[in-house]
Amino acid sequence: MDATATAARPKPTASATLPAGDPKIVAKDVNVYYAEKHALKNVSLDIPERAVMAFIGPSGCGKSTFLRCINRMNDTIASCRVVGSIKIDDQDIYDPSLDVVQLRARVGMVFQKPNPFPKSIYENIAYGPRIHGLARSKAELDEIVEQALRKASLWNEVKDRLQDTGTGLSGGQQQRLCIARAIAVSPEVILMDEPCSALDPIATAKIEELIDELRQNFTIVIVTHSMQQAARVSQRTAFFHLGVIVETGPTERIFTSPNDKRTQDYITGRFG
Amino acid sequence: MAMTDHIVSSFDADLQTLGDKLAEMGGLCEKLVGESIEALLRRDIPLAKRVIEWDRSIDRLQHEIEENGILTIAKRAPVAIDLREVVAALRIANDLERIGDLAKNIAKRVVALEGQFQPPKLAGGVAHIADLTLAQLKEVLDAYTQRDERRAMEVWKRDGDIDALYNSLFRELLTYMMEDPRNIGFCAHLLFCAKNIERIGDHATNVAETVYYLVHGEAVTDERPKGDLAGAAISYD
Ligand SMILES: Nc1ncnc2c1ncn2[C@@H]1O[C@H](COP(=O)(O)OP(=O)(O)O)[C@@H](O)[C@H]1O
Ligand SMILES: [Mg+2]
Repeated sequence: MDATATAARPKPTASATLPAGDPKIVAKDVNVYYAEKHALKNVSLDIPERAVMAFIGPSGCGKSTFLRCINRMNDTIASCRVVGSIKIDDQDIYDPSLDVVQLRARVGMVFQKPNPFPKSIYENIAYGPRIHGLARSKAELDEIVEQALRKASLWNEVKDRLQDTGTGLSGGQQQRLCIARAIAVSPEVILMDEPCSALDPIATAKIEELIDELRQNFTIVIVTHSMQQAARVSQRTAFFHLGVIVETGPTERIFTSPNDKRTQDYITGRFG
Repeated sequence: MAMTDHIVSSFDADLQTLGDKLAEMGGLCEKLVGESIEALLRRDIPLAKRVIEWDRSIDRLQHEIEENGILTIAKRAPVAIDLREVVAALRIANDLERIGDLAKNIAKRVVALEGQFQPPKLAGGVAHIADLTLAQLKEVLDAYTQRDERRAMEVWKRDGDIDALYNSLFRELLTYMMEDPRNIGFCAHLLFCAKNIERIGDHATNVAETVYYLVHGEAVTDERPKGDLAGAAISYD
């Protein structure tokens, strides 16, 4: 092994892992309170477009809280107060004149436990496009349903039983159904809160494969407790701890040489 | 040291085992390099044969470190400093295994030299380069144990000295060969031994780079220091 070659090797640059262009989402000094509890403290973060950003950190550190800020899901929690600014494509999503229903169509969400409606597979997908008026005919709606199921890599498994109930599918299939449902309204951003935590390794692998495909067209933010999953699926990672973002950067760097000791202790399993 | 305090304590134990085996291997390597040179300078054939025999222990340790390292990766999926610890152990074990081979090659030449005309003054230059290389090897292994990348980089910077010394030794031995053809056989053997020693220095430099990577998480980017290349006309293996 001739080591002179390695000695001259240039440092990896961040641009190798970072998509070019302006960030899709820019959060500045976001603070979130649940009544008296200060759950997020001065969180500022850029989220790149058409890439996967992973949020990691111990339970209760505010990952889901921040995720819910991005589509204003926190509005539905009475005690919750959000301060600061979050912009998507330069538009302030907390602007009072903004249509929240419209926002949630642009920013889809997939939860930890698959939660299909107790309706047919077809209806699970068709519901969103129908209420948002995305289809002018039955044929168009059929097309949207098929495309969403295809993008979610579920079409081949369900195309012959679209009228069966969604809750009859396996856990992994249900989660892909939920992803298809999120995709069907043509969102720009997809938020995923521990989407694989209820799934077995095979179903998890399929979701990860899917996430990798979806990032060609969507901006994806995923909360995960699996360090390996974050390392596998994301291009950037943010580490949350006690309501603050301790460190954010290219995933490769976070998992090979994090800058902050708290990040290192967490990802290497040194505190709980 | 960085390898303690995991929530899963058997992970610490895995890393500790790797570290212990590597320390054992490093110690053995220093011993073999030292003794192969001693055997050469004193023409001690029984010692040379022992070196050849001991090299197997180094090979065995390298296999064990490799198996343990791979198993740790499979079981624990280490990241960050833990991943670098395992990768560094695998890399250093590799370099040490090569160093063991080079010491064994020197010892084999000692055995082959038996009965040849051997003017003692000729070996002086080899003793000098050997001292320097052995010091480098000791220092870099200490730097690894201490996770002290500054000491490692000092070793790294000094590798050029060994190269330069090798090149001047090369010229010196050529002169002896021209002076008296009876010197040729012995000098040629010495030259190969010196080349082996110079390569041991290169592996010590590899270890220094690994220590740097272990501490900083990135590769050394500067060009490696080189002695002048006059002797590079002969290269073998
Ligand atoms: N609906 C809520 N009401 C009151 N406190 C909440 C609510 N949701 C979250 N919290 C608190 O906010 C903090 C952050 O929670 P969360 O964002 O769910 O963390 P994570 O997703 O990182 O586990 C926790 O201390 C949690 O108890
Ligand atoms: Mg959560």
